[in-house]
Amino acid sequence: MTRDTTGGRTFASTFVGYCVLIFFALVFLYPFVIQIGNSFKTESDAAANPLSPFPDPVSTGGYERVFLGTDLPLWLGNSIVITIVVTLGRLLLDSMAGYALARLRFRGRAGLFSAILAIMAVPGVVLFIPKFLVLNQIGIYNSYTALVLPVIADAAGVFIMKQFFESIPVSVEEAARIDGAGVFRTFWSVVLPMARPALITLMIISFQGTWNEFPHSLVAVQDPALFTLPRGLADLVSGSLGVGTQYPLKLGAALLATIPVAVIFVVFQRYFVRGANEGSDKG
Amino acid sequence: MPYRAARKEAVVAVAARRRGFSAAARENLAGWLFVAPVVVILSLFMLLPILMALWVSVTDWNGQGSPFKSSVPFVGTENYTRLFTEDGLTRQDFMTSLRNNVYYVLIVVPCQTLLALGLAMIVNNRLLRGKSFFRAAFFFPSVTSSVAISVVFLFVFANSGAVNNLLSVFGIDGPQWFSDSRGTLHLLLSGVGLVDLDAPPTALLESGPFGLSWWDWLSGPSVAMTTIIMLVIWTTSGTFMLMFLAALQDIPVTLEEAAKLDGAGNKGVFRYVTLPMLKPTLFLVLTLGLISTWQVFDQIYVMSQGNPAKTTLTPAFLSYQTAFRSFEYGSGTAISFVLFAIIVVLTLIQRWVMRDRKV
Repeated sequence: MTRDTTGGRTFASTFVGYCVLIFFALVFLYPFVIQIGNSFKTESDAAANPLSPFPDPVSTGGYERVFLGTDLPLWLGNSIVITIVVTLGRLLLDSMAGYALARLRFRGRAGLFSAILAIMAVPGVVLFIPKFLVLNQIGIYNSYTALVLPVIADAAGVFIMKQFFESIPVSVEEAARIDGAGVFRTFWSVVLPMARPALITLMIISFQGTWNEFPHSLVAVQDPALFTLPRGLADLVSGSLGVGTQYPLKLGAALLATIPVAVIFVVFQRYFVRGANEGSDKG
Repeated sequence: MPYRAARKEAVVAVAARRRGFSAAARENLAGWLFVAPVVVILSLFMLLPILMALWVSVTDWNGQGSPFKSSVPFVGTENYTRLFTEDGLTRQDFMTSLRNNVYYVLIVVPCQTLLALGLAMIVNNRLLRGKSFFRAAFFFPSVTSSVAISVVFLFVFANSGAVNNLLSVFGIDGPQWFSDSRGTLHLLLSGVGLVDLDAPPTALLESGPFGLSWWDWLSGPSVAMTTIIMLVIWTTSGTFMLMFLAALQDIPVTLEEAAKLDGAGNKGVFRYVTLPMLKPTLFLVLTLGLISTWQVFDQIYVMSQGNPAKTTLTPAFLSYQTAFRSFEYGSGTAISFVLFAIIVVLTLIQRWVMRDRKV
């Protein structure tokens, strides 16, 4: 008797659990379905049937206009170049600094690490105007340099790499050192190859963060030829298009900004999960 | 300055090697060479900006030329006092932005924490199939571009958009989300018949602290702000869910089973085993939530620019607007520093409150 009711309760709670999960899965994913569907609609169809994911008729007019009538191809190119350069830069610079903080004994190491922790705690939003001031003062405002240089190293990445290097055994490096390899040589050909999982995590975080970065481009450049995709997209939405709401076009452009991260997300999901949880180690 | 120290260390180390000094000196040099690029970049673009901004916040610099020229007027603490003590538009806008952000924080932080915890508890169920699909589905919005997702929500909440379409299925006439500046607390109060929106109580209208009437302070988030609130809860819950999930998986199953053997029900296990074990994560999620909700910017920029009737204005957006649209860099920077202080103080208070509380 007892067993039966327990079984019944378990079944009921599992059923309710699935209902809740499916409901929330719809809430979390349906906006993207709507986005994809409506980006292939005509403007009047999108206005009349916004909830339907099926375009009727199917129209690529929004995409044609976004590629031929706006600067989006240019922004896409800028975003790709900047994301690649920043990601590679962070991989190299953050891992070098992380390695030094974890392994090399140099004077001021503890103080430097505290400084990096403090910098991680500075809220990015209060740095908008300050960053502009410096870029303006040193004369690189409104250039590719301004988009890349200030973000090519980040405190959080250094922190992640330091944590990782501390978690691997030191014996391999010592063997290399005894064989007479210099510090950089040891780092480059012995340590870095072992750091692959951490490097992939850092790569994912950097790629996603740089690709999506908006406020930095807002305070670093003003020339539309230097816009990144999020900046250009924000510009499109805030009225540079002129007539009409043009939702299919905007949704299509937003979709193009989402696809690269979505692909990376699907391929490297477990690294995303790890990246999100790196945050909890700080606490 | 770490950089100067680095140079000094480097010079010393080079000298040491030349004289055939120890491996320790070489390691010292290598260490500083390895961290040098990061130190230079973080000093140049994190520390230096803050110092420069501190200077600009006590001037009336208008963005022309260098802020360090002698022609730039020095105004002392005026940019700060205008935010708090001088009656005027600057203070009114600032206080409005604070009010908006307080309501935003009060709703977003508890909602995203509860939703994240709830989803994590369900996904953590050992018997569940398709666990990784659901986990990915809830997490996906967190990794997408805030600008792109704001564009989608602009469409979803448009006047004849998906949400209003859905509401009309249930016979509800949805509001004009982005142009509705009515406060939801006002609507709630008038809904239960306590106040009349067209003729608010004069006692509340006539006075109030910091240049805003009590009636204005008690508005609640505007209808327009609630769309941004929903968007943010929707995008952030996934990340926090992962944190809870990691913590839940770290709880030894034997601990919960032992509690059950001792006669604890499901609720008892949650209250006396799960929740205490989750305390550090809960603290982390609340702190990260508090810090990030005071920084809301991208969504405001794309979706509302502080409109309608300044009800989605936040200190972060106001500081941007004041500096880059009105060219009052001193005032905008001062707002940034006040915001900085708010975030630091909140973090400290919460640390103190959570210090010895039993969950």
